[in-house]
Amino acid sequence: MRTRALRVISGLGGTLALLALTPNVGFAQELTPEDVQAVLDNLWVFIAGILVFFMQAGFALVEAGLTRAKNVVNIFAKNLADATIGILAFFATGYAFAFGGGGSKWIGGDNFFLTGYDDYSAFDGGLSPATTFFFQAVFAATAVTIASGAMAERTKFSAYLVFSVVMCAFIYPVVVHWTWGGGWIAGMSIGDAVYSDFAGSAIVHMTGGVAALMGAIALGPRLGKYGPDGKPRAIPGHNIPFAILGVFILWLGWFGFNPGSELAADQYVMSVGVNTMLAAAAGALISTVTIWMKSGKPDLAMIGNGALAGLVAITAPCGAVGPISSVIIGGVGGLLVVFSVLFFDKVRVDDPVGAISVHGVVGIWGTLSIGLFAQYDDAFLGREDAGLFFGGGLDQLAMQAVMVIIIALWVAITTGILFAILKATIGLRVSAEEETQGLDVLEHGLAGYTGDSVTTTS
Amino acid sequence: MKLITAVIKPFKLDDVKDALKGIGVAGMTVTEVRGFGRQGGHTETYRGAEYQIDFVPKVSLSVVVDDAIADQVVDTIVSAAATGKIGDGKVWVSPVDRLVRIRTGEEGAQAV
Repeated sequence: MRTRALRVISGLGGTLALLALTPNVGFAQELTPEDVQAVLDNLWVFIAGILVFFMQAGFALVEAGLTRAKNVVNIFAKNLADATIGILAFFATGYAFAFGGGGSKWIGGDNFFLTGYDDYSAFDGGLSPATTFFFQAVFAATAVTIASGAMAERTKFSAYLVFSVVMCAFIYPVVVHWTWGGGWIAGMSIGDAVYSDFAGSAIVHMTGGVAALMGAIALGPRLGKYGPDGKPRAIPGHNIPFAILGVFILWLGWFGFNPGSELAADQYVMSVGVNTMLAAAAGALISTVTIWMKSGKPDLAMIGNGALAGLVAITAPCGAVGPISSVIIGGVGGLLVVFSVLFFDKVRVDDPVGAISVHGVVGIWGTLSIGLFAQYDDAFLGREDAGLFFGGGLDQLAMQAVMVIIIALWVAITTGILFAILKATIGLRVSAEEETQGLDVLEHGLAGYTGDSVTTTS
Repeated sequence: MKLITAVIKPFKLDDVKDALKGIGVAGMTVTEVRGFGRQGGHTETYRGAEYQIDFVPKVSLSVVVDDAIADQVVDTIVSAAATGKIGDGKVWVSPVDRLVRIRTGEEGAQAV
């Protein structure tokens, strides 16, 4: 017997022995295979949630690296705050609106503050509410942190905190309820086609990307971003190593984001992981080639965006497509992101890190790609060969488009109203003086780098 | 006494320092600066948007020496810092009115 198989079996045997010997595990006299599967399911989804949580570090590094040193404290503060306040808001009302009992197809109505369960950590043959909340909360934190990149270097910290609360308490949970929560969109069909979004290209990434777009529009471009001739000026990031380290950390975390969305420990976890890895690599490669041809040099910041684009693109279809489709889907994401970044720069929407392009535009592509490439049943589709290229016709593509439009409109309208209210009340943008000096000292009373740091590269 | 200031390419700093120590110059002060001369800058792109690179990193080196060796110091710096390529830099000499060693209070030639 091969050493590796021996190790797996003895590990499993050891686990079973341990479970059988531990008195307070809550099982009856006999340990059934279903009990073991439930433990594995919950354990895997929990670990996946930990990986997704670490994506917060990835987002923070990417955003800090691609913005200026004078704002580094602020960008990390925004990232830390939206993770913490966002998770608490999701705990208070978000989870209830998304998945809570009671309610309607529009919104959930029970389990606020995780109350209303006899034993919220009990597995009961599936995922416990604790596991589900843990996993979903880190997804909510992901959705909300996307906007901080597009709104970087000019947003009032207080206004951003309010946005984080509303996004995680209400706007995002409603999107989840309509889909993963079994609500409005989940009940729709076009022919045999029902919606599919395995890990959230639309539900999480497009939602974040649209919020980012509305925020960037409400704020306006950074001072000095556009010259008197209207052409965009480069504002280079202050720490490219941070940015690329952030990309790697996000890529790692995505191995929890996508495979964890299987919500079970089974064979599909690995194939989803492979699809994820291939799409990221393809996205990075294609964006390298694209920006090399467009600008004459391989711009590493754009390559980093390409890897992320590949990951966002595969997030929806990862359960329904094969490896070759994954490469194509990721590659197209890498191509789209380059042109999208250039486009938004041209139409005077200043997005310092490309969040709108990576998450919004490519999130739409990833969601629609199911309509083209879906080959397997990802437990959403309920059928094989749903994609256009596999003989499924146009129904799936149409259903994906309907979902994209509904979610995009919901997020655009609600965040548009929210940013308008913030602008009119506490103010959304910092003063010109503060923006020029940098947000760190004036918003936070703290310099990011003291004179101890390295200041030149030569 | 003369103040001799040189703006040189950063990777040439060690060569210049060793050459100056070789002719008996006891100390120097170095700052990291940016600059450009007649050749101007060039254009790069970042995420598709163009920007000008005018200023290039340089090192500014200052020494205060006796009038007697000022010319020799200038020649030493020039030969140690030259690469023959654009951006080698410049050296100039200015007079020093008064010089004091802070630790001991010595003045003038004693303080060099």
